[in-house]
Amino acid sequence: MNLASRSLCRASLLTALAAAVFTFGCGPKKVAPPPPQPPPPAPAAARPTVTLQASPTSINKGESATLSWNSTDATQLTISPEVGAVTAQGSTKVTPADSTTYTITATGPGGSADASARVTVNAPPPPPVAAPQPSLDELFLKEVRDAYFDYDKADIRPDARESLSKTADFLKNYPQIKVTIEGHCDERGSTEYNLGLGDRRASAVKQYIISLGISADRLSTVSYGKEKPFCMEHNESCWQQNRRGHFVKSN
Amino acid sequence: MSHIPWGVHVLNLAKCWERLFFITAMLFFVSSAAAQDWFRTGTGLGEAKSRIAIADFAARSDSAKPHASLFTQVVRDDLQFCGILDLASPSFYPPQAPSVPAELKYAAWAGPPTNANFVGFGNLSENTAEVAIEAWLQDVRSPSSQAVVGKVYRGAPTDAQVRKFAHQFADEIISKLSGGLPGVASTQIAFVSSRSGSKEIWVMDYDGANQRQLTSLKSIALTPRWSPDASRIAFTCFAPSGGLTSAQICMYSMDTGKLVSFSRFRGTNITPAWSPDGTQIIFSSSMQGNPELYVTDVGGGRPKRMTMSNGANVSPSWNPKTGQTIAFVSDRGGVPQLYLMNSDGTSATKLDLPDMGYVIDPAWTPNGQLLAFSWRRPNDNYDIYVMDAATRQFVELTRDQGRNERPSWAPDGRHIVFESTRGGARQIWTMLADGSQPHQLTAAGHNESPNWSTR
Repeated sequence: MNLASRSLCRASLLTALAAAVFTFGCGPKKVAPPPPQPPPPAPAAARPTVTLQASPTSINKGESATLSWNSTDATQLTISPEVGAVTAQGSTKVTPADSTTYTITATGPGGSADASARVTVNAPPPPPVAAPQPSLDELFLKEVRDAYFDYDKADIRPDARESLSKTADFLKNYPQIKVTIEGHCDERGSTEYNLGLGDRRASAVKQYIISLGISADRLSTVSYGKEKPFCMEHNESCWQQNRRGHFVKSN
Repeated sequence: MSHIPWGVHVLNLAKCWERLFFITAMLFFVSSAAAQDWFRTGTGLGEAKSRIAIADFAARSDSAKPHASLFTQVVRDDLQFCGILDLASPSFYPPQAPSVPAELKYAAWAGPPTNANFVGFGNLSENTAEVAIEAWLQDVRSPSSQAVVGKVYRGAPTDAQVRKFAHQFADEIISKLSGGLPGVASTQIAFVSSRSGSKEIWVMDYDGANQRQLTSLKSIALTPRWSPDASRIAFTCFAPSGGLTSAQICMYSMDTGKLVSFSRFRGTNITPAWSPDGTQIIFSSSMQGNPELYVTDVGGGRPKRMTMSNGANVSPSWNPKTGQTIAFVSDRGGVPQLYLMNSDGTSATKLDLPDMGYVIDPAWTPNGQLLAFSWRRPNDNYDIYVMDAATRQFVELTRDQGRNERPSWAPDGRHIVFESTRGGARQIWTMLADGSQPHQLTAAGHNESPNWSTR
């Protein structure tokens, strides 16, 4: 039975005897009204009652709540949205994505009744408005500067001196941090030669940092040559990105 | 012997089929009287090579047909590749392929259009347990003579085994027809491939078949080098230890299929190479600060420093014949260049080339006379060159074909495997040592750093 025919059925109940319902059914077909006659004393068809409860009434996104209901004198019960037709009493779990008001409609010979229950869905807790303290990793990324090199060279350039003194200041402020200095090269040389050149670059950075007062036992080096480029294009600005001594926090 | 316009020193013409190939430049390489393989210059002039035909091998049953045709094809490919024989096209063959010597019609193969000097033929039978191949090579210009080669191969009826037998038969033919030069059809090529997601050591047959992954270190594996007996591969690995990663020398055993131990050293340890007797490893290490060359035993014990310089010293190649000379790359003069030194570390001298640029990847021929290398001349790309170590004369083998690097010689001294970007992605190619017959071996993913097995 579809919804349309169900509502037609409901309408006919208001004007016809209960027996007539059985006679004429609930079909959509229009039928001739019965001959007028004094209304018989209406049978004491009680009006349905229904209750609906949600537990808990407030959930976090992704969690479930339980809807429970109870009814009397109803022949049909429907919960919307989503749940649909249900039995006279029972319970079901719902997992609404957003806050939702569930309504149960009870229909019986004596009429219909509604009840509602709202399940509030809390949004995930917003990230802290402002991190009170940036983590050490964040500080490291912000403060530590890499050293860039000329083509085929492992000499510390003036701009690299500036970067490395900033890096050394940071390392002095956080004496618990140990670092690995990675030597990198652009793609133009051979794999093998670049591993050697990258080693010389990493060592040059290490020596310079030591000269600024950082203990050697906090520093390790590794050469990746051209095996782990930062930039993949074939032009000088990209190659410059790849010719560097790169600091990585190692503890 | 037809001669070349500007004249040539004809040396040691032991056998007519030793006339190998012709370097296309106006210079020549002088070989010692004892040398088996040699170069001569020319412009494509010279003797015809021996002409050989490989008849379709007869399948003794229907089930043997796929392996009979596989065997035939692999032998033909091997002989085509070898560079010293002229393989007659199968479309010129007589209609009847002999399956045993009694069925061979000499005149039909020796005459036109086949015009063969030699014919390879035979038959293949197979059941579920075994394949058996009878194979002969006959000189069809001398019908009365014994078969040049007569072999029976028996083994598991698998594609891999049939390929192996075909390579063995081809090598037998090449050895017989070249007066003893080793064929390379049974050799292998180690290389680096990133097709599994990280750079690992792989190995393949010399013709590119049977590509398989050896290591699964899931970091970065580089620069494989076969031991002289081909039982081990030394390579550069990135190995973590105590939370820190560094480049180290790793050693893979072909016998056990596992890594065997090699000492860890401080710093960056890369580019291992073998001494000719297989008892020592030379590699670049920054264990004392600067990347210098060190020699150790095969387990990494008793390191001995070989170079003293400013700059990076990498990519050693130990002369496999004399054991007396080590070629390597150093940027002590500003840019990477080739140097030669004695095997005790003395007398390091730069190989002077006419213009600057990068000179890298030295690789000795098995006879220790020629040095292949990669050279990026000013305003040019990397190309493969071959130099005579005695005269310092050189020829260019590749040109205008992308980046060509990391040559490695086949044990026959006639072929070079190298990496090239000529097709776009970096792939592994072979060519004859005069630069002809380029042949692509890999296609999946990126592949580099080939090293030809020593046997």
